[in-house]
Amino acid sequence: MEQFFQITNFSCGYPGKFLLKEVSFNVAKGDFVGIIGPNGSGKTTLFRGISGELPPLKGKMELKGLDTRKMNLKQRAQNIAIVTQNIEIGSMTVEEYVLMGRIPYHKQFQFFETKEDFAIAEKYMKLTGVDKLKGKYMNALSGGEQQLAGIARALTQEPDLLLLDEPTSHLDITHQVQTLNLIRRLSRELGLTVLMIIHDLNLAGEYCDSLIMMQEGHIRKKGLPVEVLNYADIEAVYETVVVVRTNPISNKPVVFLVSEEVIEKS
Amino acid sequence: MNSKYLKWILFLAALLVLLVVSVLFSLSAGEIKVSLMQLPQILSDTGSIEYTVLSKIRVPRILMAIGVGGALSLSGVVLQGIYRNPLVEPYTLGISGGAALGVAIAIVFGLNTLSFFSLPAFGFLGALVTLIVVYLLSIKRGGLSINSMLLIGVMVSFVSSSAMMFLMSISTTENLHNIVFWVMGSLDESNNSLIAIAFYSSLAGLVISYFFAQTLNALRLGEVKARHLGINTGVAIKLLFFVASLLTGIAVSVAGVIGFVGLVIPHLIRLIIGNDYRILLAGSFLGGAIFLILSDTIARTIISPNELPIGVITGFVGGLVFIIVLSRSKSHFKLN
Repeated sequence: MEQFFQITNFSCGYPGKFLLKEVSFNVAKGDFVGIIGPNGSGKTTLFRGISGELPPLKGKMELKGLDTRKMNLKQRAQNIAIVTQNIEIGSMTVEEYVLMGRIPYHKQFQFFETKEDFAIAEKYMKLTGVDKLKGKYMNALSGGEQQLAGIARALTQEPDLLLLDEPTSHLDITHQVQTLNLIRRLSRELGLTVLMIIHDLNLAGEYCDSLIMMQEGHIRKKGLPVEVLNYADIEAVYETVVVVRTNPISNKPVVFLVSEEVIEKS
Repeated sequence: MNSKYLKWILFLAALLVLLVVSVLFSLSAGEIKVSLMQLPQILSDTGSIEYTVLSKIRVPRILMAIGVGGALSLSGVVLQGIYRNPLVEPYTLGISGGAALGVAIAIVFGLNTLSFFSLPAFGFLGALVTLIVVYLLSIKRGGLSINSMLLIGVMVSFVSSSAMMFLMSISTTENLHNIVFWVMGSLDESNNSLIAIAFYSSLAGLVISYFFAQTLNALRLGEVKARHLGINTGVAIKLLFFVASLLTGIAVSVAGVIGFVGLVIPHLIRLIIGNDYRILLAGSFLGGAIFLILSDTIARTIISPNELPIGVITGFVGGLVFIIVLSRSKSHFKLN
């Protein structure tokens, strides 16, 4: 399998304070990888390292065989797109917002979008279903619609690697499923490689091809959902009692929580 | 052509028409009325009183109004873009205060007599030093904390106004008069070179700021997200700060303290045409120029033969328009 995105002994944080310690993993092209772990385990730091926001203190990171440290900001933005947890809402229309995804492709001092820019933005607005909302203001959209517009903007960057930071955290189950179905379809149809931070272990298990479980700045476990989502690792990392079963339809692992009261009674 | 771009072109055309109308109004209004119909005739008769009034008073003041109004408004819109805060303008950041202090120092120590260029140079130095102080004080973990810059700006503004009051209290009567007259703000400038500096530097500021129009647009999403779009925000923000302080420093040093332009005009332009900096920069520049031409015409005619400080007109008209527009506007009035 082609190693599309490779992180080797990667550490980042601040000098004297490593937030991420010698993390290594490989991702194949078109893979949909979930990053799980409790708060403060280093998931967001990992994203900040990948996006270049935090400089690497050690190790290396390669995308399509290229060292990401050698990429300038524009090249990085053409290869890696990020959808953050909170989509910036402001008085700009959905179309204006999505078109911003073309900024990494603009030549120096290019003031106006080209016809191609409009066509690409239109294509991804259609794909994500926000084309009907393109004249609406971002701050007039629901949380789910904003998230979709955020994904459309990221896709308009035409990246090879898409980073999603908890894309479903503020959404009801309808929109959670809708968003994740879309991401899954994108990774299949466009061959897009996706890394997604997600707190919901059941959604992670159901949708992701593989999972990376983080604990205290390093990777505790990585592999298929069925390998990572086992009660021993979950209980150790989250310090919570859980029961893991299999979804009878999808055959994917399902994690059940058990309350303190029930544990005491049993 | 995309309908958005068409709208922008129409908007700019409307502003240019308004600019021409205000220039013509300003040329004709005053104690000595000049009929526009007779303008070609007056211009050919270089010995007439009307010609002297136009060439020595009204045209230079119009050029000053375009330069200073454009510069202050542009500086305001650029700073609002960097800070993502609609209340930011050269005054709230302390840049104007710094420029004012620089000019006051030059007057008190007699440095203004060295060269016609001394006052703008000291104004710019004052603005730049203030900006560097604000910048250095608010650097946090290698990055800029925008909120702390804003707060520090307000504090620096207080410090420089106290320093100015100190200078005023120890200065001679003549210097005090110079400082007070200058603090009140006026477009009355007899030195053609200074007028040319104000005019051309504001145009240069407009051209330079356009190189960063898309950067300012990306900054609407926040610094981190702008970086995710491939923008080198650190360098761009520093350069934009430099441009804003240059514009403010020169405007303040040639025309004194004229408030409200950098706040009101960009807001009105945003309300009309939206928040895209590709139109906002030119729109604010032209809007500032029109606003100051009209304000100056009112200032020199309303209590003729005496003259009101232009800051009184800009503060009064600007503030009032601002309150009315804000209270009526309910829709998408937000900076980003």
